[in-house]
Amino acid sequence: MTGRVDPRDLAIRALGAVQRAAALLVGDPQADRTVPPTGYTARLTVFTAGAMAFLAVFAIALSLATGRLADRWSAELARTATLRISAPVDQADAQVRSALTVLEQTPGIASARALTDDETRVLLEPWFGPDLPLDALAIPQLIEIVEDADGYDATGLRARLAAEVPGAVLDDHTRWRDPLVAAANRLRALGWTALLLIGAATAAMITLAAQSALTANAQVIRVMRLVGARDAYIARAFVRRFTLRAGAGALAGTAAGMLAVALMPGGDDATGFLTDLGFQGAGWLWPLLVPPLAAIVAFVATRSAALRTLRTEA
Amino acid sequence: MDQRAKEDPRVIELQDVAYSYGGAELFAGLTLSLAAGSFQFLTGPSGAGKTTLLRLCYGDLRATAGRVNLFGADAQAMTRDDVAMARRRIGVVHQDCQFLDHLPLADNIALPLQVAGRSMEAQGNLDDLLAWVGLTAQAAQLPPQLSGGERQRAALARAVITSPDVIIADEPTGNVDWEMSQRLLTLLVELNRMGKTVLIATHDMNLIRAAKAQVSASVLRLKDGRLQAGAAL
Ligand SMILES: Nc1ncnc2c1ncn2[C@@H]1O[C@H](COP(=O)(O)OP(=O)(O)O)[C@@H](O)[C@H]1O
Ligand SMILES: [Mg+2]
Repeated sequence: MTGRVDPRDLAIRALGAVQRAAALLVGDPQADRTVPPTGYTARLTVFTAGAMAFLAVFAIALSLATGRLADRWSAELARTATLRISAPVDQADAQVRSALTVLEQTPGIASARALTDDETRVLLEPWFGPDLPLDALAIPQLIEIVEDADGYDATGLRARLAAEVPGAVLDDHTRWRDPLVAAANRLRALGWTALLLIGAATAAMITLAAQSALTANAQVIRVMRLVGARDAYIARAFVRRFTLRAGAGALAGTAAGMLAVALMPGGDDATGFLTDLGFQGAGWLWPLLVPPLAAIVAFVATRSAALRTLRTEA
Repeated sequence: MDQRAKEDPRVIELQDVAYSYGGAELFAGLTLSLAAGSFQFLTGPSGAGKTTLLRLCYGDLRATAGRVNLFGADAQAMTRDDVAMARRRIGVVHQDCQFLDHLPLADNIALPLQVAGRSMEAQGNLDDLLAWVGLTAQAAQLPPQLSGGERQRAALARAVITSPDVIIADEPTGNVDWEMSQRLLTLLVELNRMGKTVLIATHDMNLIRAAKAQVSASVLRLKDGRLQAGAAL
C-alpha cells in the first residue's frame, strides 16, 4: 500500500461498482431465496418509500414554483414602477401631462405610459368586480414606468415631482418586492432542505428496517457463513430486496404525487403563488429522479447496515 | 493457496492456542495438528470445549492466544473473505445441523455450491449424494419436518457436496440410533479413503471403537483444558 490513489485503480473500482449494481438488478434468484420472505418489513418499506416519494414530489414542486416566483418578481418588478396621481378632476389631465413630461426628461427611464381606463378597470376588477363605473369614482390615474438597464435616481425624481406635480406619488415597488423575493428565496431553500431531510429520513427508516430484517435472520446468516458465503453474498440478498422494495414504493409514491400536482386547480399567471405550485415543461422530469434516488438511498443504507452487522457479529 | 496446501501436509494446525469466551480460559497452550488424509477423533466430557476447539479449526472463532494455521495461512491475519474461502475447503457438520428452515432439503444440501457460484454442478452431485445418505425421498421436505437422524445425514451430505479437503463433524451421531450412527461412520470412513481429512468430535466410545476397526484413527482427549493424545480405549 503506497497510499497514493491510482486513477486506473479507481476506474476499475467504479466499473466494479457498476457491475455489482447491474448484477443486483438482474439478480440471482437463488441467492434471494436464502433469506425467507418477510411480509411485514416488506410492506413497511414499500409504504415508507412511497410516502416519502409523495412528499418529495411536493417538495420539488414547491422549490421549482418558488424559484420561478422569485425570478419573476425580481426580474419584472425590479424594472417597473408606478406613478399615482390623485388630483381634483379638473386638474387631473394637466398633472398627468406634466408628470409624463418630467418622466420623459428623467435619465434612466425607458418609457412611461398612462394606463387607460380599461386597464385600470382590469386592475381593480378582483376587488370591485366588473363594470366598475370609473367616471363616478375618484380613482387615481396610474402611470406605468419602465426603467432602462441603468435605472433612475428615485430620490431626485421624487423631489422634482413634489415641486411640479403635487398630486403624484412614486411607488417603485421595493417596499413590498424585497421581502417577497426574500420570502420566495427562503421558501425555495426550505424546499431543498425538506428534500434532503426526506432523503435522510428514508435512509434512516430503511436502515432500521434492514437492521430488523438482519436481526430476524441471524440464523440464516449463521448458516450462510458456515457454508462459506462471503459477507457480500449474504448482504446481497438483503440489499437487493430492500432496493427493489424502496424503488417500487417510490415509483408508486412519485406517480401519486405527480398526479396530485397535475390535478392542482390551475390558473393564469395573475392568480399567483398557490395555483403556480406545479411543474412546467421540462420541470416534469425532475420528480422522475425520485424513484431511482430512493433505490440508491436504499441500496447504500441496506448495504452499509448489512456489512456493518456482518462485521460486528463475531 | 491450493499449491501450498499440497506442499504442506498439515491442513489445520493449532499452536499454543488459548481460548476464552470472555471469562476464564477454556484451554491454553493447546497444540493440535491435522495431517492431510488423517482420521481423528476428539473426545472428552461434555463442556470440555470440543465444539469450541472445532470452531477454532474452521475459523468460526479466533484464538485469544497462540497461532492457528488454516491450509498454511495464519488464521489471525485472514480477512473475513479469506475465512469464507477457507471455509469452502472445510465441510462442517454442525452440532445442531443448522439449516435454512424455509428451504427444501435439496436446496439446503446444495447451498455450499450455490454460495461458491458452482450451482451448475449441483444437480448430478445432489442426486447421487441424496441417494448415498438415503434421503432421496425427503429431498423436497423442509428441514424441520425431518427426524434427528435424517437431519444429521443431510448435514453430512451438505458438508461434502463441494468435495472439501477437510471434514469436521461435531457429534455427528449425537441423536441417532446405533444402526444409523454406523451408517454415518461408514460414510465418513469412505470419504477418508477418498483422501479427505476427517476430524470428529464425539463422546461415543463405541463409535470410536467401530471406526478403529475400519481405519487407522487416532484419538485426542480434551479434559481440564488439556489435550491428551492416544487415549486408551
Ligand atoms: N458462545 C458461548 N459463550 C459463552 N460460553 C460458551 C459459549 N459456547 C460454549 N461456551 C462454554 O464453553 C464451554 C465449552 O463448551 P463447548 O465447546 O460447547 O464444549 P463441548 O462441545 O465439549 O461440550 C462450556 O462451559 C460452555 O458453557
Ligand atoms: Mg459440543
